[in-house]
Amino acid sequence: MSEMPAITYNFAYLDEQTKRMIRRAILKAIAVPGYQVPFASREMPMPYGWGTGGVQVTAAILGTDDVLKVIDQGSDDTTNAVAIRSFFQATAGVATTTRTQDATVIQTRHRIPEAALSDRQVLVYQVPIPEPLRFLEPRESETRRLHGLADYGLMHVKLYEDISRHGHIATTYAYPVSVAGRYVMDPSPIPKFDNPKMNESAALQLFGAGREQRIYAIPPHTRVVSLDFEDHPFEVQRFAKPCALCGARGVYLDEVILDDRGGRMFVCSDTDFCETRRADGHVGELGVAVPSALAGKDAA
Amino acid sequence: MNPASGQDAPLLVAQGLTRLYGTRIGCADVELEVYPGEILAVVGESGSGKSTLLSLLSTELAPSSGRISYRGTDGVMRDLAAFTEAERRLLLRTQWGFVRQNPEQGLRMAVSAGGNVGERLMAVGRRHYGDIRSEATDWLGRVEIAADRIDDDPRSFSGGMRQRLQIARNLVTRPRLVFMDEPTGGLDVSVQARLLDLIRSLVSDLGAAVIIVTHDLAVARLLSHRIMVMRHGSVIEHGLTDQVLDDPAHPYTQLLVASVLAA
Ligand SMILES: [Zn+2]
Repeated sequence: MSEMPAITYNFAYLDEQTKRMIRRAILKAIAVPGYQVPFASREMPMPYGWGTGGVQVTAAILGTDDVLKVIDQGSDDTTNAVAIRSFFQATAGVATTTRTQDATVIQTRHRIPEAALSDRQVLVYQVPIPEPLRFLEPRESETRRLHGLADYGLMHVKLYEDISRHGHIATTYAYPVSVAGRYVMDPSPIPKFDNPKMNESAALQLFGAGREQRIYAIPPHTRVVSLDFEDHPFEVQRFAKPCALCGARGVYLDEVILDDRGGRMFVCSDTDFCETRRADGHVGELGVAVPSALAGKDAA
Repeated sequence: MNPASGQDAPLLVAQGLTRLYGTRIGCADVELEVYPGEILAVVGESGSGKSTLLSLLSTELAPSSGRISYRGTDGVMRDLAAFTEAERRLLLRTQWGFVRQNPEQGLRMAVSAGGNVGERLMAVGRRHYGDIRSEATDWLGRVEIAADRIDDDPRSFSGGMRQRLQIARNLVTRPRLVFMDEPTGGLDVSVQARLLDLIRSLVSDLGAAVIIVTHDLAVARLLSHRIMVMRHGSVIEHGLTDQVLDDPAHPYTQLLVASVLAA
């Protein structure tokens, strides 16, 4: 039997023409911060819920020298993160890492890394629903008009309803923001805890929605303001205790069930941040000191 | 234009207003003026062109020919066709109101009563929840909706309550001009009478001008100062309401008045 020919892909899977089309959409998105730019989303070898929008954006910007990190809920090790990382290892052969500071491109679902990003980094968000006005106005023609006129009263109606029902703004994920004083934007389902990290970030932030065929962006050092009322100002979630493993405060924590007797602990959602701290010698209430040689190793 | 002309100057002027649907006439060559604080009734049977006229005046429909001018708070008369989309929308939610026959079309049915009334305030930049809520509470009281219904959505309201909520939602920005399309249509007679009283006292308190479209001459008589009778897209008679209804000049108006009296 003859040998099976190796399946070859163009670099990062997409053909160059498609990448150019996506790059044009990205450039337009950067030029008009927060504005949703339509693009012709391609079929990717993964289902839509898996972040095909983010994957296409990453594929369009990735170069051979880039170092890619992929996170899902703050973790590099979920099925979704591993699958996307493997996809780019196979199709682009780029280096990958779990270390935030070593990455040049970070594709994310549901979190922004705790460590401040730098101007040599790009954060690519996977977006399920890009339209922040959809809750009250399902018609696409009308939402486009509302954006065009900066007619955003409806966003506050939504927040008003929140307060009238719950006594406070109960929206905790995908909390709407105003970008550069113009477009209102859905930041994707990150916790509102992460909203302040978008403001004036040194990194370029790109958002890709595959099924909805939209790309939008926040250029570096852009003002991003979470919508609120004067007497109900925007606030991030607070956690009663520091991370049980690394002792970090002021970071986003996940609850971890320890046993079936109700035992639980709260630990950093950003696993790389936690591991880096532990490697640096920080120890939380339930943590053990980690030899630095084991911490923060590159992904296989 | 002379801003000093004040109260004697019309708020809205339509000239040669015509709308064709293909070759069919929606309304033809309508001339009208509405003055501050004045209630103008446009009456006619279905198909008379009165609803087309209301859509044209409220800029929901573009005229085939003719023009509409509006006097802004600065006293300057401007052609509505020269307004940008953003200016037009601002006008619609601040200085103008539109009360529709079907409250489901004029309300957000999945939003609480307070949110419905507060929407216009938030749309013009109000950002204090407590103030918006107390103003909404005040307006619910003015339209006789109990304050404890503020967080209920209009799906749980009766037809009459929904219509009163729609009125509060429109009047909260103290508009200078309110369009009304059969606002009491579809309601029980007793509910209608109470609603008409409420409309009359609220617009009188605000000093708002109203253009109300109705097929019901009794509604026109109760509310309006002046009346325009339309048929086949044209205005066939206009004048002071009492004069037109007590002593109609046009045979068609005579017929309309007689049929009301006979009923
Ligand atoms: Zn930690």
